[in-house]
Parts: sequence; structure tokens; C-alpha cells
Amino acid sequence: MAKRSFLIPGVDKRLLIKDAIKTMPDFTRRRFIAGGASLGALTLLTGCDVVDSSSADTLLAQVSKFNDAVQAFIFNPDALAPTFPESAITKPFPFNAYYDLDDAPDIAAADWKLEVRGLVDNKKSWTLDELYKLPQVNQITRHICVEGWSAIGSWTGTPLRDFLKLIGADTRAKYVWFQCADKDGYNSPLDMRSALHPQTQMTFKYANEILPRAYGFPMKIRVPTKLGFKNPKYVVSMEVTNEYKGGYWEDQGYNSFSGS
Amino acid sequence: MSSLTVTDEQVSATPAKVIQPAWVRVMHWINALAMILMILSGWQIYNASPLFGFSFPREYTLGGWLGGGLLWHFAAMWLLMVNGLAYLITGFATGRFRKKLLPITPSGVLHDVRAALTFKLGHDDLTVYNYVQRLLYAGIIAVGVLIVLSGLGMWKPVQFYYLVMLFGDYPTARYVHFFCMAAICAFLVIHVLLALLVPKSLRAMIIGR
Repeated sequence: MAKRSFLIPGVDKRLLIKDAIKTMPDFTRRRFIAGGASLGALTLLTGCDVVDSSSADTLLAQVSKFNDAVQAFIFNPDALAPTFPESAITKPFPFNAYYDLDDAPDIAAADWKLEVRGLVDNKKSWTLDELYKLPQVNQITRHICVEGWSAIGSWTGTPLRDFLKLIGADTRAKYVWFQCADKDGYNSPLDMRSALHPQTQMTFKYANEILPRAYGFPMKIRVPTKLGFKNPKYVVSMEVTNEYKGGYWEDQGYNSFSGS
Repeated sequence: MSSLTVTDEQVSATPAKVIQPAWVRVMHWINALAMILMILSGWQIYNASPLFGFSFPREYTLGGWLGGGLLWHFAAMWLLMVNGLAYLITGFATGRFRKKLLPITPSGVLHDVRAALTFKLGHDDLTVYNYVQRLLYAGIIAVGVLIVLSGLGMWKPVQFYYLVMLFGDYPTARYVHFFCMAAICAFLVIHVLLALLVPKSLRAMIIGR
């Protein structure tokens, strides 16, 4: 929480969303834990006053951080996500976001550039044509959503570790932080070991076709060792950093490592 | 005066038989709390993407929203796993499982089920489990192991790939996890009902005798 990105200078994204939530109808996905642990039964069970849920929230946040550490410890950089034959691909592959497809970013390829920032030697921005020239590989892997559903898809693109090498990134840094064009400014941090995983990919194609708008045109980051929300779409910049900058869902309480 | 002293000595010399040792009672109640937290937060997670055509009522879910439910689930899992592992180890090491739960014979189960359905199944000696109890208690331990394994597989389908393979694939592990939960809920209903029907068994699980 030390340093955060501000969409509007001086306005904390989390507080802003929190205020906005109050005016919204009961929409479970956008609920915050602060208003959360609302179960009367828990009060009966434990005899604790969980109406003042801040202490419960603090404890849960601490356990979640502990779980980050446990998952980083369990993470084996050589363990590959299972791959599947083309016949196993889920059709249609679901569109999923916190907004409707109509509200998905509609990016003009000519106007788009991938910005590179932070602990890298070459901070030049990349056009889509330049990126398309990089060597690409295909993977058919299972996308697992934090909600529990999963779907098998075919993604083609450049291994992120090859790109990080190309731009002279300091791979001893802790995170690669992605900023996206989604409304409300989607972003997500990826721990460096996961970023360097052989299957982590800058994806330009889905099912051998240019990535459609629904799946994140012009570029998504496919991380088959992470839950879906850590596979950002509509990526506009990446920053190699030692600082934990938070993320759209991570800040709302999803476990930050969320590795599979 | 002297006769009183004698009586006291007699009482202390023959203490009431311990039915449930302290470790069983402590682990039982920790497990009860962990299970309830896991079930209620699990229902919250289920509601985010239901496997079947129903959702659990909001009032019976924990965490307020999916993210909150996940935080509870992945916190309570430590309580469930550490306590459950300690229970399994102690149960095997002390010979309690062998002494209390074995043997389970089909004829014995059949006999006791018939007796139970005709309300002739006695609970005179709480230290000896009848065949229905043996089957249910051994079964629920197996379900407990299965729900943890399927849960770990879903949590780490890449790192614990072999666990997912045990169930076939990721979506199947999800169904296994759900049906284990359903089995535990069914057990819970019967278990609590019977404990209330035989209150001395509930007392034994609280004060030991």
C-alpha cells in the first residue's frame, strides 16, 4: 500500500471504487471484504464480534501474504502446465471480464505501442509490427479462472523471457508489472520467476488468428501457471520493478500470487 | 469422618471411564470449526461459477464476495490440514483407529443398520462403536482425505499435477471436491442429530466422560 498508482492525481483508486460501490446495486463481484464477513452465524459460532470485521480482515490479509510465500516456495520454474491436443480446445472460448464485451477496449493497431519501463537497458516502445517479427511459439493449455471454471485455449506468441532478455531486463528484479487499457485501468504484477517461466507468453494470436478484441487485442500475457486474472489483456505497458505496485483484483483481495 | 475419607478414596480410585481422550476432543472441535468455515466459504466460491443449476443462499456463505470467500477458504485450509494431519497421525500411532473402527464387516453393518432402523440399536457402552458408527466414522475420514487432496489439486493444478491426474482432470477434481462437501454435509446432519438424541455422547466429546 506504500505507493500506488493514481488514475486521477491524488485520488486513491481503492477508495474511489469503494465510494462508487456504495451507489451500486448489490453486485457480488464488486463487493469488498470490508463490507464482507457479514455472516451472523459466524458471530454465533465463534462468540467473536465480527461485525467490526477489520480485525478479521487484517488476519485474513496476513494469511494471504503467508500463502504468497508458501506458493512462491512451492513454485517449480521447471514444472510445465499440461498441454492438450487441438481437439480438446473449448469452443467457444469464453469472454470474461468485469465489463461487457461492448465495453472492452477497442484498440487501433496503428495507434498502439507497447511501452517498456523500469529496470531495463532498452526502454524503446514497440509497435505491433515490430513485435510480430519476434519468434513465436504455440501452446494449448488450460485457462483456470479464480471463479472455478476453466477452458482450454490455443495461444501463440513470444515467450516473455525471450523478450525480457531482448530488452535487457534486470531479471533479478521482483516483478514485471503490466498496465492495461481496460476501463478503470486494469493492472497486475507478475513475480519474476513466473515471468521467466518457459510457458509465459506475450500472446498475439488465438487459435492461429490475430488475437480478437474479446481475448485482449493487440496483446495479452498468457501465464498458464497463474489464475486467469493474472493473464492481463489489452496490455499497454510493462515495467520491470522491485516495487510491489498492486493490481486491479489483487488490491480488492484476490491472493496476489494466485499461482497454479 | 473416617467413613467419609474412605468414600473419597473409593471415588478417586475408580474415576469415571474416559470415553474420549483429550486429544480427540480438542482435534474434534478444531475440525468442526475448520469444516464449517471451509463449507461456508466454499459455498461462496461455488456461487461464483455454480456447477449445477443452483446457488447457495447468500446468508449461508462466508466472506461477502468471491475474494472474501477465497481468503477464508485458504486461511481455514491450514487449520483443517494441520489439525487433520495431526489427527491421522495420532489416530494411527495410538492404535485408536484400529481399536475403535475395526473390524467393519458387512454382516455387522447390515445387522446394526437393521437394528438402528427399528430403534433397537443400543448406546449403552459409549466406548464401543457399533458397526454403523464404525462405517460412518471411517468413511468420513476417507472423505476428509479425498476433499483435501482434490482441493490441493485444484489449488495447484500445475505444481501438484499428479493430484489432478488422480482424479482425471481439473474439472473432475472440482466435482469430486463438491461431492465430498455434500457427503460431509450429509454426515454432519446425521452426526449432530444422533449426538442430540444421545446427549451423553455429546457430553463425552466435551468433558471426556
